[in-house]
Amino acid sequence: MTLFASILIDGMAYAMILFMITVGLSITLGLMHVVNMAHGAFAMLGGFAAVELMSRLGLRFEPALVIAVLATALVSVPIERVVISRIYGRPELDQALLTIGLAFVAIALVNLWLGASFSSIDLPARLSGPVDLGFRSFPRHRVAVIVLGCAISVALWLFIGRSRFGIRLRAAVDNPGIAESVGINTTLLYSMTFAIGAGLAALGGIAGAELLPMEANYPIKYMVLFLAVVAVGGQGTLFGTFLAALLLGVVDTASKYLLPDLASISFYLTMLVALALRPQGLLGRKDAA
Amino acid sequence: MKTCKRLAALAGVLLFGCAVARAEPVKVGIIGPFSGPFSSFGEGWKAAIDAYQKLHGKTAGGQDIELIFRDLTGPNPSEAKALAQELIIKNKVQYIGGVVFTPNAFAIAPVVEEAKIPTVIFNAATSSVLEKSKYFVRTSYTLPQITVPIARFMLDEGVRSVVTMVSDYAPGADAEASFVKTFEAGGGKVIEKVRVPLKTTDFGPFLQRVKGSAPQALFIFFPGGPPSYGVIKAYKDNDLRSTGIRLFGTSEADEKDLPAIGDAALGLESGMFYSGAHDSASNSEFVAALKAVAPAAVANATALEGFDGMAAIYHMIEATKGQRDPDAAMAAIRGFAWESPRGPVRIDPESRHIVQNVYIRKVEKDADGKLFHKEFKTYEQQPDFGRADPK
Repeated sequence: MTLFASILIDGMAYAMILFMITVGLSITLGLMHVVNMAHGAFAMLGGFAAVELMSRLGLRFEPALVIAVLATALVSVPIERVVISRIYGRPELDQALLTIGLAFVAIALVNLWLGASFSSIDLPARLSGPVDLGFRSFPRHRVAVIVLGCAISVALWLFIGRSRFGIRLRAAVDNPGIAESVGINTTLLYSMTFAIGAGLAALGGIAGAELLPMEANYPIKYMVLFLAVVAVGGQGTLFGTFLAALLLGVVDTASKYLLPDLASISFYLTMLVALALRPQGLLGRKDAA
Repeated sequence: MKTCKRLAALAGVLLFGCAVARAEPVKVGIIGPFSGPFSSFGEGWKAAIDAYQKLHGKTAGGQDIELIFRDLTGPNPSEAKALAQELIIKNKVQYIGGVVFTPNAFAIAPVVEEAKIPTVIFNAATSSVLEKSKYFVRTSYTLPQITVPIARFMLDEGVRSVVTMVSDYAPGADAEASFVKTFEAGGGKVIEKVRVPLKTTDFGPFLQRVKGSAPQALFIFFPGGPPSYGVIKAYKDNDLRSTGIRLFGTSEADEKDLPAIGDAALGLESGMFYSGAHDSASNSEFVAALKAVAPAAVANATALEGFDGMAAIYHMIEATKGQRDPDAAMAAIRGFAWESPRGPVRIDPESRHIVQNVYIRKVEKDADGKLFHKEFKTYEQQPDFGRADPK
């Protein structure tokens, strides 16, 4: 029972980090049909911004987090307008090449700015160290991440399901041509969605920095991890990404507890089985595959 | 007539002067990662080399020394070989230094063997590297060299049951093998040997598993950077210390990474050949010179490898007066002993590997709140325990 709960809590925490970082990627992929290989760069940008705000300007964790997330979202707008928007509708190879190039630019910039060493984010005392949950002690940070991840999921679900913006977004995902012809400003919609995705990546990057510490190579190092979640979930679906992150996070954690020797293969095996059964992703639609 | 003689004398002086100035400098090629994900090695070496030249000048044996840096960003045997060939044939170097990765050292071995270029391996820490060429000499360490003393220390401390946890790659397997052998030979019991995939980001579950097996101590070996950070952090966050499981490591909390790891590293005990806080005149001199040439540089094992690598190269140049005589240079370096910032060291004449003290340290905070490795026990003049057949 303790083992089961341990797997669930550690797995959930890992899953929530994956979810927050990748949900933006999944939505932009579904909406704009762009494979953004540089998505991890936004997570890195957010993480480093938070580190620098705290260490150089002496900000506390919470304001640093908010500013870093907003700044990342803001920075992503000109990137989307100037660079990414040029490859909408272009062949996938063009998209992959351009966005991988962007990832390399981000890596080189960070190398220049901060060097090759890695940084961690200093969490305030109430978010670090162990907390006793009765049957076992857990890292306090994990529990906070689960709460945050669930809150973000619910907020996104309400936002996309209920808000006007969400309705337009879903319309544009379903049929961009008709959406445009009924007067939805898709250019603005794309920019905003891209910015929200980048901001969420930054949030995930900061929340996940305990597991994926910030370093220049971040965007390439974890690219496969992020793409795996999106592929298994299905593009453009909030719940698909959530389920995929949960599945992969919990399976990965379970194998570390139960069969540590198979820990590295179990993640990819799960991905293989999931994609063999549902090539379009868990909740992806057939025509989108 | 007088004028003629004077002119002739002047001409002679000029000619002689020119001849001295035109003496070819001794060229030394340095191969290392100066860009890319492993550039902290190259940056550390560069700073340490500058520090060495600040302290010891840019000449040795009466000759100028010219350094030629070549960037090799990662494990890439074919490019390593090409760079070594280029340095030898095109740049006509007399010595080569550097090399982070074992596969790269293997690749350049036949090249330096054939061209007879004394080569100082600054890092590549697999025992068998030195067997590949009789012109190789090494100023770093091998994993058995530091894991054997730490296993002995743990036995001395009364630790009898451990779990070992290493990164699942060749150096991890080496560290595990030599640790387990020494620990079991001394009467200790290894409850479990965990190998963690290299790509692991979440170490929590592994640490929880260790907590479940309740050993007296956990021995770890992980490459520096994020994996070491992850495992040390997970040890703290999962509260292993309060259940009485001590943490022992080797090079995990490098001085460069310590600020990022933060207070989670407090209390970590480890065995290593150098601490930036080593208390000696030679080390203070090294640290001060390093700060002067590169304010951002960190006095860590990487920088020290480069510094001592230069000491070895300078010694060979002095012994041969800068003339190209590889066998005399190698004869001079075998058995060479000197006072390094890490303590007394010497090059073992047989294996050409560095013999050095291994210090047991504990991470503590100094008066300014800065984390450092406090050395508290010394295992003196440890050889490479990893040689297959120490003849």
